[in-house]
Amino acid sequence: MASVLGRYGRKWSLGCVSYHKNYLPRFSTVAHSAVPSEPIQQQQAGRSMNLYSAINQALHIALESDSRSYVFGEDVGFGGVFRCTTGLAERFGKHRVFNTPLCEQGIVGFAIGLAAMDNRAVAEIQFADYIFPAFDQIVNEAAKFRYRSGGQFNCGGLTIRAPYGAVGHGGHYHSQSPEAFFCHVPGIKVVIPRSPSQAKGLLLSSIRDQNPVVFFEPKWLYRLSVEEVPEHDYMLPLSEAEVIREGSDITLVGWGAQLSIMEQACIEAEKEGISCELIDLKTLIPWDKETVEASVSKTGRLLVSHEAPITGGFGAEISASIVERCFLRLEAPVSRVCGLDTPFPLVFEPFYMPNKNKILDAIRSTVNY
Amino acid sequence: MALSHLSSTRSNRLLRPLAAAASSLCRPISTSTEPLVIETSIPFTPHKCEPPSRSVETNPQELLTFFRDMATMRRMEIAADSLYKAKLIRGFCHLYDGQEAVCVGMEASINKKDCIITAYRDHCTFLGRGGTLLEIFSELMGRQGGCSKGKGGSMHFYKKESGFYGGHGIVGAQVPLGCGLAFAQKYNKDENATFALYGDGAANQGQLFEALNISALWDLPIILVCENNHYGMGTAEWRAAKSPSYYKRGDYVPGLKVDGMDVLAVKQACKFAKEHVLKNGPIILEMDTYRYHGHSMSDPGSTYRTRDEISGVRQERDPIERVRKLVLGHDLATEKELKDIEKEIRKEVDEAIAKAKESPMPEPSELFTNVYVKGFGTESFGADRKELRATLP
Repeated sequence: MASVLGRYGRKWSLGCVSYHKNYLPRFSTVAHSAVPSEPIQQQQAGRSMNLYSAINQALHIALESDSRSYVFGEDVGFGGVFRCTTGLAERFGKHRVFNTPLCEQGIVGFAIGLAAMDNRAVAEIQFADYIFPAFDQIVNEAAKFRYRSGGQFNCGGLTIRAPYGAVGHGGHYHSQSPEAFFCHVPGIKVVIPRSPSQAKGLLLSSIRDQNPVVFFEPKWLYRLSVEEVPEHDYMLPLSEAEVIREGSDITLVGWGAQLSIMEQACIEAEKEGISCELIDLKTLIPWDKETVEASVSKTGRLLVSHEAPITGGFGAEISASIVERCFLRLEAPVSRVCGLDTPFPLVFEPFYMPNKNKILDAIRSTVNY
Repeated sequence: MALSHLSSTRSNRLLRPLAAAASSLCRPISTSTEPLVIETSIPFTPHKCEPPSRSVETNPQELLTFFRDMATMRRMEIAADSLYKAKLIRGFCHLYDGQEAVCVGMEASINKKDCIITAYRDHCTFLGRGGTLLEIFSELMGRQGGCSKGKGGSMHFYKKESGFYGGHGIVGAQVPLGCGLAFAQKYNKDENATFALYGDGAANQGQLFEALNISALWDLPIILVCENNHYGMGTAEWRAAKSPSYYKRGDYVPGLKVDGMDVLAVKQACKFAKEHVLKNGPIILEMDTYRYHGHSMSDPGSTYRTRDEISGVRQERDPIERVRKLVLGHDLATEKELKDIEKEIRKEVDEAIAKAKESPMPEPSELFTNVYVKGFGTESFGADRKELRATLP
């Protein structure tokens, strides 16, 4: 082991670099706020950039700070189809940033093996719709490795990045939101950012987290979402939800691109006198039940919204858990505004999507229950 | 007028002197079915089998049909390019121009009872299987008149009557499906075969090897056709594959490497392959071809290859130019006639586009049709489980 470490020039161990100190590994599914979340806005001034640039920056930092980290996937060499990996191959070399053949199952299996040897393997699946050949590897290998080896082995260094979600014209195979399938698997984490500054911090946390993480990036926001992103290395805590809008009448929970739609609905509802509290879940498993519970205890109403089809979507888990915890406090049934129970359509996308008006209707009917 | 009428019969040999005299006025295109033997550009490279002969039997009518079909496909793809840029076609659009010889040559050697299944670069394959330009443009624009009722789009063309099983988005997924089709054909003692097409990128998928093993084990009449256009989207084949000899990848399954830009070579290879599989089990055909456009309309196609390379292939190996040279060289038609054919095709394509634009968008209720079998009666819940509740038809 020592010889392997020596070969890579410098010793690598979690916690020896100063900015890792704030980050403690999580062992329970209950999120403790023992880790203070860095107030990123107060740190060094940022630069205005979009989502793919923020992710690109995060990958640059991850590869720079850890010489045993690798980025690979289909077409990542020239920058990737969404330009998330531009400049990486040139800067860090083809032996650390490389293209793989077209074989998702092979890519993820390979990444698991690489992670099992104490490396940070960042595998890219070109579109989340193509993650299914790799589903067996993620569910049966990655998620259960630590468990079945009694802690001897783990693939904690594994991070799988995939663009997910509708993009306006993606059709059946460039628009799916498969997060619910992965939320059903104990042993992995599922993280979804909502904006560039969030994405950078969450991706760095996911890469450095000691558990395998599936990181879904909302592809609609790659170019569309622009904000000030601090240039330094920072991490955002996983399994901590964030209240991004305070309110008192109803709690809305969402993640990823859907939040911007929900925010618009909240603003419209405000005009009608309904005060909405909006929560970004950020990590879907293990998810921050406490924050949502506290919010629903305050408002008494819950609405969950996601692009994936409603039946069996992650909204169902949130609904069931909150009903368990807040049954007597609830003023109305938990409302779910989600995609329809059909394959993701082509021309019918506007009908399928849970848009602002559907959410607004649901807010009104929940508040007036 | 009488002259042209006479010369369109089989006895044009007699009338040739007269026709030659009238060449400046109107020289009729040869529709003769007199056999013509033409050599393919390069010999076939075999793997564990005896290659077919380089000399391909054809006839003037067939060559002109090839020209017309390929020119139609080329024109159609270019029109689709403009429609995409005009945002009339949305979603993803993968164009086949440059590779026309593969589907045209294949069609020439098989019938409509043989099955073809391919990936998403399927516009021309669909046309070859008997699809109409109107169906194609309607489907591309998502209209009701399309072959999949506007619900599939560019990647999902199907034609049940002609044995065209589509049109698949997930790379490599169509090949094991092809094995199933072939098994059914064998079971029904059809004397037909299945052509499962995939690309050089898909050749690295695990399911390919599963399909090869299954088809060899059970002697299925399947021809696995690797359309090797040398780029798996942005990744060149030498960077994705240890062994770019895709025709040898079958190991125990015989293979044949074919110049995919030579329509006659493709025809010969497919004919040979069909005879082979009906007796001996699967075979791999590697079609060495090239696509001029990028992977899809979202890909400029120039970030991973040089423009010189693209124009080089266009000059040296273009399938339509090859047939044009053959036709002119064997004096089967004049330049003007060929240009007239192209003009006619352009007009046909424009008319089809105009007609397709008139086709309406699918009804909103179509969102819920064909999820399950008709009459199953389940409910699809809408946004909030209260407002929208549709019983699936």
